[in-house]
Amino acid sequence: MTASSVPAQLTSACGGVRAAVKADAVGGTVPSYVAAPTSTREAGAVLRAAAGLGLAVVPRGGGTRLDWGTPPRRCDLVVETRLMDTVLEHAVGDLVVRVQAGVRLDGLAEVLGRAGQRLALDPPAGGGTVGGLIATGVAGPLRLRFGSPRDLLIGVTMVRADGTVARAGGKVVKNVAGYDIGKLLAGSYGTLGLITEATFRLHPRPPAAAYVSLACPDAEVAAAALLTAAGSALAPAAAELDWPGQDAPVSVSVLLEGDVEGVAERAARMCDLLAGEAFSRVLPGPRARGDPPQWWGRGAAATGDGTAVRIAFWAGQLTRVLRAIRAAGTQAGLDPVVGGSAAAGVLHAALPADAPATAVAQFVTGLRAALDDDLPASGAEASPGVQAAAGAPAGAGAEEAGRSATGPRGSVVVLHAPPAVREAVDLWGPVPGVALMRAIKEQFDPEHRMAPGRFAGGI
Amino acid sequence: MTETVAGIDGIAPSNPPPRPAGDLTALTGRMTQICGPDNVITDPQELATYECDGLTSHRCSPGLVVLPESAQQVAEVVRACARARIPFIARGSGTGLSGGALPRTDGVLIVMSRMRRVLAIDPASRRAIVEPGVTNLAVSKAAEPYGLFYAPDPSSQQICSVGGNVAENSGGAHCLKHGFTVHHVTGLQIVTPQGELTWLGDGTGAAPGYDLVGTFIGSEGTLGIVTKIIVKLTPIPEAVTTLLAAFTTMGAGGAAVSAIIGAGILPGAIEMMDALAIEAAEAAVACRYPEGAGAVLIVELDGPAGDVERETAAVRELCTRAGAYEIRAADDAAERAAIWVGRKSAFAAVGRISTAYIVQDGVVPRTALPKVLDRIAELSAESGIRVANVFHAGDGNLHPLVLFDDGDTVMAAAAEKVSGAILDLCIEHGGSITGEHGVGVDKAKYLPRMFGADDLDTMQMVRCAFDPEWLCNPGKIFPTPRLCGEVPGVRRGPHPLVAAGLLDQF
Repeated sequence: MTASSVPAQLTSACGGVRAAVKADAVGGTVPSYVAAPTSTREAGAVLRAAAGLGLAVVPRGGGTRLDWGTPPRRCDLVVETRLMDTVLEHAVGDLVVRVQAGVRLDGLAEVLGRAGQRLALDPPAGGGTVGGLIATGVAGPLRLRFGSPRDLLIGVTMVRADGTVARAGGKVVKNVAGYDIGKLLAGSYGTLGLITEATFRLHPRPPAAAYVSLACPDAEVAAAALLTAAGSALAPAAAELDWPGQDAPVSVSVLLEGDVEGVAERAARMCDLLAGEAFSRVLPGPRARGDPPQWWGRGAAATGDGTAVRIAFWAGQLTRVLRAIRAAGTQAGLDPVVGGSAAAGVLHAALPADAPATAVAQFVTGLRAALDDDLPASGAEASPGVQAAAGAPAGAGAEEAGRSATGPRGSVVVLHAPPAVREAVDLWGPVPGVALMRAIKEQFDPEHRMAPGRFAGGI
Repeated sequence: MTETVAGIDGIAPSNPPPRPAGDLTALTGRMTQICGPDNVITDPQELATYECDGLTSHRCSPGLVVLPESAQQVAEVVRACARARIPFIARGSGTGLSGGALPRTDGVLIVMSRMRRVLAIDPASRRAIVEPGVTNLAVSKAAEPYGLFYAPDPSSQQICSVGGNVAENSGGAHCLKHGFTVHHVTGLQIVTPQGELTWLGDGTGAAPGYDLVGTFIGSEGTLGIVTKIIVKLTPIPEAVTTLLAAFTTMGAGGAAVSAIIGAGILPGAIEMMDALAIEAAEAAVACRYPEGAGAVLIVELDGPAGDVERETAAVRELCTRAGAYEIRAADDAAERAAIWVGRKSAFAAVGRISTAYIVQDGVVPRTALPKVLDRIAELSAESGIRVANVFHAGDGNLHPLVLFDDGDTVMAAAAEKVSGAILDLCIEHGGSITGEHGVGVDKAKYLPRMFGADDLDTMQMVRCAFDPEWLCNPGKIFPTPRLCGEVPGVRRGPHPLVAAGLLDQF
């Protein structure tokens, strides 16, 4: 394909348009064109042109998670944000930063760090952009304290499938004017439009950090340690788990941040807490260090081009979830690397690229079945005095206090996998509210041209 | 007898056009079947008690009131309304300050206060499941035995409902550090505007698919009715200290705030009140704030004991350097409450020094506060309208209380003008027209000053996905409704590329 075969509608909309090459493939489909707009306005023009040409569009930031989700049914145009990489406004006194979506996270961290601030999100490193971070909704260990990208996003600019530019939120943290479209875009995998700008709320960068780590003999001890740490008043920023194989010990590490004196104090207290009676089987005892363990924050990046499964659950279920993962692995003849923000209710199970596809599929479906069973065993209990406060007839309440009252309690999602695995298993599993999601998609992209088929519910 | 909805600026009362009352009479029987006769109100005097929420300047008696007791009943009520094409509006505790629960004479008001059970608490997971009528404070009370609390704390937390908090994405004094409702809710069971019960999210905060929980929170009751809420619970901080610092000027108080934030300290709360607000609070609750204060700052620090101790010392030092002439520290819960009582009573307290007032809820970037406060003082001086200022100094969320004489229509109009000018000021400085109270009916006319037509159109696309029939709390937030009937793929007018001269169409 030669440059002259790129339609004039695209080249007149945007200076940086070229014919695609094999390396631009998305989920096995090589697009026809790649556009690199330099501004929101130009991005709008590109998408408008694409709409006129009926092209299917996939946004791309650093391309680090382009293989996440189901491969899109169609991909004609990749719109990349690499030329929209400006930090537009860093209001230091207000702890707010506004950036173009193509800004790389490592570059942003540097800029913010110079002012003693940070965007309190720590996804696995690797060249990702702000836009990709929002679109995939990935979080790292700091999830325990600060949440995921949507929790720190206070403003967004997007381009809709038809080229319309739309803004929501703003530059201030307290803002409830209008609907929060930023929340809708977070984790949407590019299926609702292209994110071109984002505004985040920042935090002061803590001067000191300590990692209190220990090796536990089994899942139960590790779970108890993590939940104790997370429920304590020592305010940990993160509490992570690493279990590289069924015969390996389960490592646990808790991050404490703050000023130098405070961190030293709290680290000592955390060591005492975790060395207490409940964990007396743990030898040697917990140790505090200034650096993270080598496995810290790998997240889904642990597998490279293998299969990464994300398991979300209610944290109190941690022991049960860990056992279920091992059991499902054993039944499928697999030994996944398990780890993640266990105290925040998120774990990853990673399998190598050469694991047989049928085995991986069996692992995923087996795990889903195991976690779907037995919902009331969550440890949830009615609070004292609930009956007295009710004032409702027994009939109305009783049926609802059962299983249907609690709804779904977690998920098992295959984030990325080799093609053979993708064929063999449903990547997303059941999704609550999927009908509404489809209705939203119909509004935002009625022609289904934004990363069609990439998302949950066939969206 | 039809009645147009009175006193709502900027919302065309005919959107959707009022329906004859006959439709509602027909529905009453069905509602009685669903909720029982004790939970259906038709008596005009009783209906009138629901005519407004916390925004008392806008009143409208509902056509019918129902008080369901279960999610199933709510679903059936909504289904009946949807079938009869009658609008419906949900109401929590009726404490909202933007008229979000303002009823319609042609509509049904669904009051959620009977659904007030804490259904379950899971302390190990730090989660609880509550019905929407549970009061905000009741959640924290229920969690307390487990060493946990529910962080969002609106000033009305003793009365306001968690369902209402979800609708408005409520914050409170401690949201600077602890976040707002959207940061503390991880799952919702809702009744869709078609009357279907469905879950959004699953309580983990990492559910697959679009973030419908985050989209629903803050949508002011226009996307459905929440029937169960999965909340996140937070470990109760080990230590809390509360400081009250008095300054002779607002400028000095503001400088102290800047210094605190600049030092990398993130207090649990930083509140500020000006002289007029202090005067009102004193008259109402005798809070005995330091005499002669041009401004008082309330700073609350929470966290591990050692950290709080060090931060408290640092804050004291910074306040003193900024010119604080008196600093009080609370040594126990009673003293803490004594410091807060003045701030918490501020809104109601201005009733002591003025017969009527408008509460605003604007936000400006914190660094713009000094300029904006000066400008508000100017507006006040120019118009002769007094403005008492109470605000969340840490995040720039202002609550100017614009005071006027109830009987004086000229003064009322001037107060309205000052109020609007303050919102314009907020927008000018890159802020927001509402930080926590919501748009409702009160600020709908200002929304287009903050967002363009395409922005509002995009938001309303979400509305169309949930509520294409426009029956779910219609007429709130958006001054101009968007038609949902646009058929995908059908073009109106020339193809854009034809219009742009880039294509010929044959």
